[in-house]
Amino acid sequence: MSADTLTGRGAGRFRLQRFATWDVAIILATLAVIVIAAATVEHFGTSRNAGFLVLDLAPILLLALPMTLIIATGEIDLSVASIVGLTSSAMGVMWNNGVPLETIMPLCVLIGAILGAVNGLFVTALGLPSLAVTIGTLALYRGLAYVLLGDTAVADFPRQFTGWAIGNIGATSIPNVLIPMIVIAGLFAAVLHAMPVGRAIFATGSNPVAAAFAGIAVGPLKFWLFVVSGAVAGLVGVFWTLRYSSARADNATGLELTVVAAVLLGGVSIFGGTGTLPGVLAGVVLLTSLQNALRLASVSSEALTVVTGSLLIVSVLAPNVLVGVRTSMQRRRRRTRSPSPT
Amino acid sequence: MSVSRFRHRGRARRVTPVAAGLAFALVLAGCGGTTQDSANDADEGGDEPAAEANPDADYETGLSIAMLPKSVNNPYFEASSEGAEAVTTELEGEYEYTGPSDASASSQVSYINTLSQQATDVVLLSANDPNALCSSLDQARTGETVVVTFDSDVDAACRDAFVSQVDGDEVGLALIEMAAEQIGGSGQVAILSATANATNQNAWIEVIQEQVDTNPDYADIELTGVVYGDDEDEKSFQETQGLLQANPDLDAIISPTTVGIAAAARYISSSQYKGKVALTGLGTPNQMREFVKDGTVTEFALWDPTALGELAAYTGAAIASGIITGAEGETFTAGDLGEYTIGADGVVVLGPPTRFNADNIDDFDF
Repeated sequence: MSADTLTGRGAGRFRLQRFATWDVAIILATLAVIVIAAATVEHFGTSRNAGFLVLDLAPILLLALPMTLIIATGEIDLSVASIVGLTSSAMGVMWNNGVPLETIMPLCVLIGAILGAVNGLFVTALGLPSLAVTIGTLALYRGLAYVLLGDTAVADFPRQFTGWAIGNIGATSIPNVLIPMIVIAGLFAAVLHAMPVGRAIFATGSNPVAAAFAGIAVGPLKFWLFVVSGAVAGLVGVFWTLRYSSARADNATGLELTVVAAVLLGGVSIFGGTGTLPGVLAGVVLLTSLQNALRLASVSSEALTVVTGSLLIVSVLAPNVLVGVRTSMQRRRRRTRSPSPT
Repeated sequence: MSVSRFRHRGRARRVTPVAAGLAFALVLAGCGGTTQDSANDADEGGDEPAAEANPDADYETGLSIAMLPKSVNNPYFEASSEGAEAVTTELEGEYEYTGPSDASASSQVSYINTLSQQATDVVLLSANDPNALCSSLDQARTGETVVVTFDSDVDAACRDAFVSQVDGDEVGLALIEMAAEQIGGSGQVAILSATANATNQNAWIEVIQEQVDTNPDYADIELTGVVYGDDEDEKSFQETQGLLQANPDLDAIISPTTVGIAAAARYISSSQYKGKVALTGLGTPNQMREFVKDGTVTEFALWDPTALGELAAYTGAAIASGIITGAEGETFTAGDLGEYTIGADGVVVLGPPTRFNADNIDDFDF
């Protein structure tokens, strides 16, 4: 309020506009869903359920972080769930061959990074559209996962590791994975919102040609984003395998759509250029807690899919409607104002 | 564009030593880590609570029983659910049928967590993975939920009992017996299977092969070969076609998979082989009804999924009521199905497969 009066009305309106956006709406909606679910759905508000919820949303949240950055540049990475499957398979094969788990885990992240680099090379060096490239690698990486493990599963991972993945910190009901998750999310938020790279990402998404002229190395930027996306997917592959104590080629099948849905729900434009990480985090939490609450309320999985699908449509539609309404209002305001400028 | 590409290459070169260093560090870290061998040494077996069974107890009423299939919208599991629901109604309990729409192990975990939070008394589960569900099943069982698997088992330490549709040998025996009956005890028989590494199918085929080799009743039967339709309708259809063209003297086809037998029946019913080549195997009555009616197929078999669901519900209710604990040798009465005994590893076997023919096929709907 005081800042508004100090900087004048124009700046005040600008700030209001920035905050009355979709991501604020989605954060409020998320809080509303959690409060309503805690009040109406039995067992939802328990600390045990909160623990399950964190474990369920961890892979989606982690994959959504680099996905946000990639979509903000106007690209997309649909191969992430297949990278999770392939690193999970690779983990099983290496474990079967006597490689120590302490070596396997960083190797899986490295494998993920390499798979991401392949995506990045196709997109930047060959200039192919990322949608086509990553649909291709979605199938390719999943296929390779089946080549490695076939229909079998590797399940004899040691208890101390699988127990950690689903366990809590000491005697609390805070899952072990929560803190690393918050740290990684904080890193991505810092990169996107407080560092020059973040501005370069949004600039690239808004207008890649202008960004290139402004001195942004658009190609390398995108390439490294794909590498990071692959590395995070490799990390999720490790977590997924340990959480379910099972390395399987079909792990995380179809998860990429949930991730993209959460990112778009969080207010990131599919055309690039806009979006915030807090919005995306809220999108992830909204999607998973809504599913969790509906399941606890014994809603059938068909209805659950319908709800998820509708949310995605709303998330793509609503920001555009908002923008449309706002610009028409601005136009009207401008028209009424133009005869007597203040 | 060329500028960015140039820069890109420059950076990639700088990365190489970093990657090499990382690889070196990994090799170092590899010494003295946790490997499969060291982990197996430290592994200990599960501990079973030694509860007392009371064989004279009655079934408790008002139990909450939930069925969690591999995936919903599958007619096979819907038939099982009907059976379990009927038993629950009879025991005046609360019934729920819930599960994921995709057949993946990880999505089943969320449903198990939900059911254990709802403090469901009995969970009837057909597992998508023998191990991935264990930790959440353990949590459910510490919360006094009885876990009975049916159709597809998990590791024996993670559940109270497993209701098996059928004894592996019984399927093979029934299949070769039906084929022999339909071709008068002598002739050439071929098999249209699922995939080459399908565990169930291979076990049954082994029994058939063994019977043909050793059983004097089948001395005049020759097993000409096995082809694989990969449980795909189109491929099974083409393999049937190829099989019949390559073996003009073929008398019967056994297809121990529901996809295979339906595809084979569709091919044979519209070909010159109809009525000349016998077809039998494992199929569902709904898929096979028209082919039984038009004479393509005389008799085929499958376990009755409704009875399987009934038996699973009775087993779970019996454990929840303290009639049995799931230990080997205990007996209980499962309503109209009769008396069952728990076998090794807590396995209850439903019985020999049900055979379907023109006389009884209309009694079944699954």
